[in-house]
Amino acid sequence: MSSRRSSSSSSRASKPSDDEIKELVLKLQPLLPQLHHSRNAPVSASSILEETCSYIKRLHREVEDLSKRLSQLLDSAGITDVDEELIRTLLRH
Amino acid sequence: MAASMMSNFDGSLDALSMESSRKKRRKTGVVEEDHNRSSETGVRWRSETEQRIYSTKLAEALRQVRRRSSTSSAAVAKVAGGGRDVKEAADRVLATAAKGTTRWSRAILTARLRISKTIHKKRKARVTGDNRLKKTEVRRERIMLPVVQKKVRVLSRLVPGCRKTSLPNLLEETTDYIAALKMQVRAMAALAELLSGSPVNRPGSSVNS
Repeated sequence: MSSRRSSSSSSRASKPSDDEIKELVLKLQPLLPQLHHSRNAPVSASSILEETCSYIKRLHREVEDLSKRLSQLLDSAGITDVDEELIRTLLRH
Repeated sequence: MAASMMSNFDGSLDALSMESSRKKRRKTGVVEEDHNRSSETGVRWRSETEQRIYSTKLAEALRQVRRRSSTSSAAVAKVAGGGRDVKEAADRVLATAAKGTTRWSRAILTARLRISKTIHKKRKARVTGDNRLKKTEVRRERIMLPVVQKKVRVLSRLVPGCRKTSLPNLLEETTDYIAALKMQVRAMAALAELLSGSPVNRPGSSVNS
């Protein structure tokens, strides 16, 4: 590791070392749904990255499914219904 | 709860336009300070106002999508391709909501314009502020462990527009992107619930006007 760090000193504009990189990656963890990890267990950077990737993929899939569902609903609904939903959405939040 | 919602609604229409202009001013402040940005992004996408703005814009965009698709003759194409139109509209509205502060949102919006890839790259170079890091990016990636590096590459492919981003920036973009995606899912799910919750059997309502 220390040998790698000395080679990184040539790229002085970029400060983060390996440890700093790991710290940044650890910052991602609170975002992820923490289902099976016990928080006390040390989580490796690579597993966080992996979970992040799968989480993003999952979110993408959810958006796709919701899009399909919304398009079906829109097709069956009349335009007046969509206007109503607009107003209802404004009221709701 | 209903009373507070009603009072919200009275000012909400004005508040919507005011909020967006206020947010614009706030955003420029956020972009300047990189340190506060990570805490800001989490709050930004979780705020109810943001979700409300997004839901509204999304509903409007979907109305246009629906109008466009209703004029096409093929009913099959409507259903099969309709999901894609909805998704593209949803992504576009989401990216617009970011107001150009993040790389992934800019990437989504520029991808829509169907300009050739060379102009894409030129635009990206002009818009982003960390051109000076580009040379050092490649060097730094070679330093990291190959396992981590591989996962970083996968991640960079998932977040739009971040294939060559430096790691700190990539993680920042990821943070914002995940928060935004969560809001997108929430808003779309709520919209779908509203649409499916209201039964279409309203007296005198025409299905396809």
